[in-house]
Amino acid sequence: MPAGKPSFSLWYVLLGVPFVGTLWVPFYNAVEPRAGGVPFFYWYQFVWIFIGAALTAVVYFATRDGS
Amino acid sequence: MQGLNTVALVVFVAFFGLVTALGFVAARWRQGDLDQLHEWGLGGRRFGTVVTWFLLGGDLYTAYTFIAVPALVFGAGALGFFALPYTIIAYPFVFVVMPRLWSVSHKHGYITAADFVRGRFDSGALALAIAVTGLLATMPYIALQLVGIQVVLGAMGVEGQGVMHDLPLVIAFVILAAYTYQSGLRAPALIAIVKDAIIYVTVIAAVIVIPIELGGYGKIFDAVPRAKLILTAPKPGDLGQYSAYATLAFGSALALFLYPHSMTGVLSSSGRTVIRRNAAMLPAYSFLLALIAALGYMALAAGVKDNPAYAAGFDRYGTNFAVPALFLGAFPSWFAGFAFAAIAIGALVPAAIMSIAAANLFTRNIYKEFFRADASGKEEAAVAKLVSLVVKFGALAFIVFGRQKYAIQLQLLGGVWILQTLPAIVIGLYTRRLHRWGLLAGWAIGMATGTWMALVLEFKGTVYPLRIGGVAVAGYAGLWALVANLAVAVTSSALLDALRVESGKDATREEDYGGA
Repeated sequence: MPAGKPSFSLWYVLLGVPFVGTLWVPFYNAVEPRAGGVPFFYWYQFVWIFIGAALTAVVYFATRDGS
Repeated sequence: MQGLNTVALVVFVAFFGLVTALGFVAARWRQGDLDQLHEWGLGGRRFGTVVTWFLLGGDLYTAYTFIAVPALVFGAGALGFFALPYTIIAYPFVFVVMPRLWSVSHKHGYITAADFVRGRFDSGALALAIAVTGLLATMPYIALQLVGIQVVLGAMGVEGQGVMHDLPLVIAFVILAAYTYQSGLRAPALIAIVKDAIIYVTVIAAVIVIPIELGGYGKIFDAVPRAKLILTAPKPGDLGQYSAYATLAFGSALALFLYPHSMTGVLSSSGRTVIRRNAAMLPAYSFLLALIAALGYMALAAGVKDNPAYAAGFDRYGTNFAVPALFLGAFPSWFAGFAFAAIAIGALVPAAIMSIAAANLFTRNIYKEFFRADASGKEEAAVAKLVSLVVKFGALAFIVFGRQKYAIQLQLLGGVWILQTLPAIVIGLYTRRLHRWGLLAGWAIGMATGTWMALVLEFKGTVYPLRIGGVAVAGYAGLWALVANLAVAVTSSALLDALRVESGKDATREEDYGGA
């Protein structure tokens, strides 16, 4: 890593969050509560698509000067 | 089967014709000297955020995805949904890693990942291993795109006898080969825009219309057998499907951007900002993928399997026939034709990019490296164009004369293999601490381990049950093989360093990577 400009931003930690949220199966392997007839297992992971995209966008804007 | 569906076929052929015209026109789009490899094979590295978004979306979400993901959900239930966490975590990984690859490749004119490995580790042998792995993983993947076209042609009742049987497929592929030869990466980039638009229309129509016909999402999920609705929970001594689900998602996410066709998509973009923006925008396709996966359950609820009209289709194509059958039953013929065009065009884009990526690999890392070190840019482009043809006709021959089953098995194995290039490529982007021969040894062990596990599983799947401390941990064979790969790479690198074995000269410098 070059000295001078910080090459790793703490913002990047946010990118690890979706890994925890989606890979730790015990969080979501359940039928109830349903949403609109859809079991929890499915809508929980569906919601993570949006969380993942939002977190990536946040990190993008926060670290924009770096590139 | 159920006779020729003329209306669907007319709509299908009309869209196919439109796309063919686009493919040839593409040569003049953002014109460049197509006699240079970086122009033909990387579109001149000029694609901006929007084109890259379409290109990568068209590249990664293939016709086979469209057919196979719902087919897996249709057959295996909840486990098939691992595709969702897989695409959710792939993009944060891309956000961090791929800008570094772009920067160093731009600086040094690298066209393939193996080019980078060659420069970084000063080893033609290691680069060859990376290139050959890429070729092996890509070839069956191209063949599978043909399977996607075959299934939808079959669904429209296009069937001849003998030689005629494969004629429509052959025609489709000859057209594809011709415009890829002429226009290079510009062709799939332009076609991807049409492809993605009609896929979005199809899927959104499907997830609105079909649930209404079936009585709502609650009804659809009620049709799923209880045991398959969620994952099998762990019990003492066995982690159930939990470990399989998580390792499949994690391993596949790591592998996704190691595939040569993904690399080509990344390297053809005009800058690292384009890649970072795309990492935030590509989840729009994950959204689409979730809906596509749900089609598997809709097919289940619609009872396509028990419908005698589709019996012949299931006989021939297995669960891959689930989605075409669902569309035939739920849509009017003209819209079914539109949807099938979406799937077939969805096969052309990745097939074109994959063949270009394979051609780039062969040209740079085999032809130039071992046969013609002084090949000019013009010669490189000429060889690559020719190889793109060879690769496509190889895939075609495989499907026409070989067995579809083998293509599917080889593609599963391809995912396991491509993951073994991670240490050299991804870790190589950050550090040179691993020795070139250590990486090569790790790669060899990883390839052997992964292949052996697949053999033990008789190529029926890639979930290998490992026993760790008396507990059965079923997990993705590619990931187990990667662990073996890394263990060997790290220990043998330490040994090689201790013995002071020459580690070669690094052609790159830290500032070439553009920071984090």
